[in-house]
Amino acid sequence: MAQRSKYPMTLLLRSALAWAVALLLFFPLGWLVLTAFKSELQAIAVPPLLLFRPTLENFSIVQERSDYLLYAQNSLITSAVSTLLGLALAFPAAYAMAFFRVRYTKNILMWMLSTKMMPAVGALVPVYVMAQSSGLLDSRTALVIVFTLSNLPIMVWMLFSYLKEIPHEILEAARMDGATLWQEFRRVLLPLTLGGLASTGLLCLVLSWNEAFWSLNLSAAKAGTLATLIASYSSPEGLFWSKLSAASFMAIAPIVVFGWFCQKQLVQGLTFGAVK
Amino acid sequence: MAYLELKNIEKTFGNVRVIRGVDLQIRQGEFIVFVGPSGCGKSTLLRLIAGLEETTAGTLLLDGRDITELPSSQRDLAMVFQSYALYPHMSVFENMSFALKLAKVDPAIIAQKVQRAAQILNLTSYLERTPKELSGGQRQRVAIGRAIVRAPKVFLFDEPLSNLDAALRGQTRIEIAKLHRDLGATTIYVTHDQVEAMTLADRVVVLRDGKIEQVGTPLELYDRPANQFVAQFIGTPQMNVLAASALQSLVQGCGIAVEPDGYLGLRPEDIALCAPGQGQLGARVDLVEALGAETLIYVTTDNGVAMVARQNERSHLGVGMATGLVLDVDAAHVFDAQGRVTRSGKARASKGH
Repeated sequence: MAQRSKYPMTLLLRSALAWAVALLLFFPLGWLVLTAFKSELQAIAVPPLLLFRPTLENFSIVQERSDYLLYAQNSLITSAVSTLLGLALAFPAAYAMAFFRVRYTKNILMWMLSTKMMPAVGALVPVYVMAQSSGLLDSRTALVIVFTLSNLPIMVWMLFSYLKEIPHEILEAARMDGATLWQEFRRVLLPLTLGGLASTGLLCLVLSWNEAFWSLNLSAAKAGTLATLIASYSSPEGLFWSKLSAASFMAIAPIVVFGWFCQKQLVQGLTFGAVK
Repeated sequence: MAYLELKNIEKTFGNVRVIRGVDLQIRQGEFIVFVGPSGCGKSTLLRLIAGLEETTAGTLLLDGRDITELPSSQRDLAMVFQSYALYPHMSVFENMSFALKLAKVDPAIIAQKVQRAAQILNLTSYLERTPKELSGGQRQRVAIGRAIVRAPKVFLFDEPLSNLDAALRGQTRIEIAKLHRDLGATTIYVTHDQVEAMTLADRVVVLRDGKIEQVGTPLELYDRPANQFVAQFIGTPQMNVLAASALQSLVQGCGIAVEPDGYLGLRPEDIALCAPGQGQLGARVDLVEALGAETLIYVTTDNGVAMVARQNERSHLGVGMATGLVLDVDAAHVFDAQGRVTRSGKARASKGH
């Protein structure tokens, strides 16, 4: 809520500043969307065109030239599978750390987080070599494995922060009531952390979908994701701005729409635990 | 034969021996209260019985069965937690029926049992509410209801009244007492409040530093404490315990055998005030607490010993005024240098019609 200010001028300036920042942040994406509907000539016009006759030719060219649906399918499969796999691995880990804390728990969590601080390119060579020698180059399996492992630290951390909000007496009460570990999970823990699981899952879905570095390096024609699709438009032949924009637009549209509907959970996931 | 038996129970956390060799036998239907200062291990002992912690050594026997190695879910015990520990995502009905649902009991029977428990605890109009829509007292009753529905072998209460305000505490205490009278279930109740201990228990177990100091009925503990710790723990205000060396003349004059480095214990109600210069000791008033039904008078004797006296009448004494003390020596308890009792005061008279 905007704070009430004694000086309407301050309020006005604040609003104007907020709008300016928002427009600045939105501008690249907005321009991208506009350019996707321009012809190549219109796209490179100087001064840049704001008003023009839109065309859909770029989208059909992109679909003809490279199989959009294949890339989209690969993106979907690798993101979804890596998210589910990640949740299945991260949840027990977070459970153990939240409810059975020992002296080293904090250290382990910090160490996990620290692995995210290394630039991905640092691990490129070993991962590439491993993928190649196990024959997994240009396969969805390799991407799923890499995505899962990349997102695991974040997932463990997020689930840990959700789980430690649950008083452990509730789980003890369930045990006294006769619940086995599985029943404890399914009847008590799961309903209480469903929101947390959703937020974590969504965040990781988004991260995997947007993941470009590993997709470009480990995959090509068969297992390429939408990131590969976009990259193929910045080629030695020259930059095809409007086609590139169209390809990018088609790549991000699904996840933006999805994120729009789940924005509440996403924001909750990102800010949870930030304010006690 | 004991219904619940603890044999040489030990519990160590790291290097710290929290429970040291506890032996206890509890009869069926008894209401046992574990009481003691903070950190004495009473909650830990309860959790060991419940199975929420593993014993380091020792055996637990319930109704003839060795339950030491059994997980909590199989011990047929029900626990009421200090924080109630209700399932926030379930309604009151679902909270109370959870255990039976897990045991795959017929839904019709579950409904019947829950309704009965809800009637006993006045919860019938709240069955569809969730815990966050209930007050503290109501949540407490749901926690108790959850335990009752299961009809377990033993009820375990872990400081259930600590989170309630004073008025509600008194009320709920009476309800728990009535419940025990009506259900007759074996109960173990942990509290640091000795009023709860005295009023609810069939027998009280006083714990200190992981060991049992004394086990007995509330009045046994009050009239015949086994040592100085129990004597001063039970009874408010605390029993006056005076070093024999500080009261030499008195000790010699009244004919009680006290070791030179022993102690004399007198409850506040065994000290009466009289005119200054009379009685066995002279003192000066430090503080007068008028509680309405009784008055507590804190004094310091002429040889520097702090004492407190209790009387039923109002007092017109003021701070700094001189007074005399009449000590009911027959009621004095005598402790040796290690704190063990060597003589108990005379038994208190009780009044019938």
